[in-house]
Amino acid sequence: MLNIDSLTVACGNRIVLEDLTMTIPPGEILAVVGPNGVGKSTLVRALSGVQPSLRGQVILDGRDLTRLSPMQRARLMAVVPQARELPGAYTVYQTVMLGRTPYLGWLGNAGRSDHTAVHQAMEQTHTLDLAERCVGELSGGEQQRVLLARALAQDALVLLLDEPTTHLDLQHQSNLLNLVRKLAQEKNLTVLMVLHDLNLASLYADQVALMVAGRIHAIGQPSEVLTSENLTSVYHVPVIVIPHPEYGKPLILPDGLVGAASKKLQAGIVPKVDV
Amino acid sequence: MKPHPYLLNLALLVLAILLSIGVGAVFIPPTTVARMLAARLAGFAIVPDWPESFASILFKIRLPHTALMLLAGAALGGSGAAYQGLFRNPLADPYLIGVASGAGLGAVFALTIRWPSEMLGMYTLPAFAFFGATLSITVVYSLARIGRAVPTTTLILAGIAFSAFATSMMSFLMLRANTELRRALTWLLGGAIMAGWKPVLAMLPYELLGLATLVICAHALNVLQFGEEQAQQLGLPIERIKLLVIGAASIATAAAVAFTGVIGFIGLVAPHVVRLVWGPDYRHLIPLSILGGSSALLAADMLARTVLAPQTLPVGIVTALAGAPFFLWILRRARTQAYW
Repeated sequence: MLNIDSLTVACGNRIVLEDLTMTIPPGEILAVVGPNGVGKSTLVRALSGVQPSLRGQVILDGRDLTRLSPMQRARLMAVVPQARELPGAYTVYQTVMLGRTPYLGWLGNAGRSDHTAVHQAMEQTHTLDLAERCVGELSGGEQQRVLLARALAQDALVLLLDEPTTHLDLQHQSNLLNLVRKLAQEKNLTVLMVLHDLNLASLYADQVALMVAGRIHAIGQPSEVLTSENLTSVYHVPVIVIPHPEYGKPLILPDGLVGAASKKLQAGIVPKVDV
Repeated sequence: MKPHPYLLNLALLVLAILLSIGVGAVFIPPTTVARMLAARLAGFAIVPDWPESFASILFKIRLPHTALMLLAGAALGGSGAAYQGLFRNPLADPYLIGVASGAGLGAVFALTIRWPSEMLGMYTLPAFAFFGATLSITVVYSLARIGRAVPTTTLILAGIAFSAFATSMMSFLMLRANTELRRALTWLLGGAIMAGWKPVLAMLPYELLGLATLVICAHALNVLQFGEEQAQQLGLPIERIKLLVIGAASIATAAAVAFTGVIGFIGLVAPHVVRLVWGPDYRHLIPLSILGGSSALLAADMLARTVLAPQTLPVGIVTALAGAPFFLWILRRARTQAYW
């Protein structure tokens, strides 16, 4: 169980995350959504210890992660970063092996258990046949799977993903998120992922946290959070929310055709918001 | 199939050592060298069939000079690889980023001091060079850093600017200390002015400390290639690692500069060739660059001694003549960074 309790982060004098509180049970996925620049990526950086927090706690099974050394934290929490600017000459196997860093000594000599963990992580992410390829030659979807494999090799309880689907096409988006969902359930992982796409968040997450200006605007099940009222006030555009024909989860459609939207605003169909 | 990295590099190094010992104003064939060594060191009863002058040439000049170049090349190769890894920049080299000039400034400063004993001066020389190197890396790094990245352009520009500053400071110091001028000047031209085994012994402890630390940090350098943020998320205490690598690379550079002057491009060329052939894994890249740096500097030194014989060129001229075009080639190549 991951408890984030009134986490506050400052960048210089500016508060960028204020009083974030959320709880993620093991095996579940929480998706963090919100407009650009509200601090979603900062949240990942703060949870993973890259950005120091001003106050608040991140409690995992009774241990405060903010008090741990990088190595101790990396054994409990793994991050899947966005796949950009990877050092292209490393092979996939070498890259995934770096996930074992918190367990390796200074010289980085891998033992049998490390190779087993790497092999397993690559099997689960279907990257085994890429093992000897260079990371730079891979497609965006493949790179993202390799980074997921590296995070799995860390054998952590918590998985943080920072916009894992941003540069992927439709097929790779759903493949990756299905994989994350399956792994979360099978390995009982606690997953927090930052997503841009509201529909993906609705479909794949157990909980959604809608952020605005460094605070949580709403948090809960997708159907409670992803309402047209919430989304319109946060994104400042009119949206239509309809139930997904198969799963009943909210499906978000923009209602922002220029002429039509302003007419609706004038007619008072959509609540007017200050931009 | 790729040639075995360590076997090939060791073979090249042995060849370079043999040639370096043999080639010069008088050629001493390797077999004679072997028999002279056997007679002198192992006490074999070999009847000398070589001229008497060979003994002093070999033991007082060639062997210590070769050892000095071997150590200097190793330090430059290893620290070059480490700086490249640390800055995640293919063009980082102790010479280009101003560390060598900084170390040079420190060393010149030490040379202008009148020490109570010669040995004291010799053993503190690398320490002064290390101080200069640390100063320069601090200045260059903080000037070149933009946000969390160290772009090539600002790194090289800051390096050039600091080099210019350090070089003029060196000239200033040398002009002021008239009596010591000659000593410092010959040294500056990249010549091992201090013959014999003393500089080798003075250099060794600093060099071993620096290079051993770099070998130990190799895995951390691998992790760092994915960026500081990811490295930290993978469990690396990056601030400590960065300090350790900078310190180790600078002390190795300082040891080399203190006794052989400012020699450029070895730290650029050796790691690049290794990386091209055997890939980016720093656990092999660092040791192989150490071996390769030695071979490269020994080869350059041999050229420097023979091209205009009996005159000896400063070895820095040879490395720059060969290294500068290589630098330009990498500069063009770095845009694609296919193998980086």
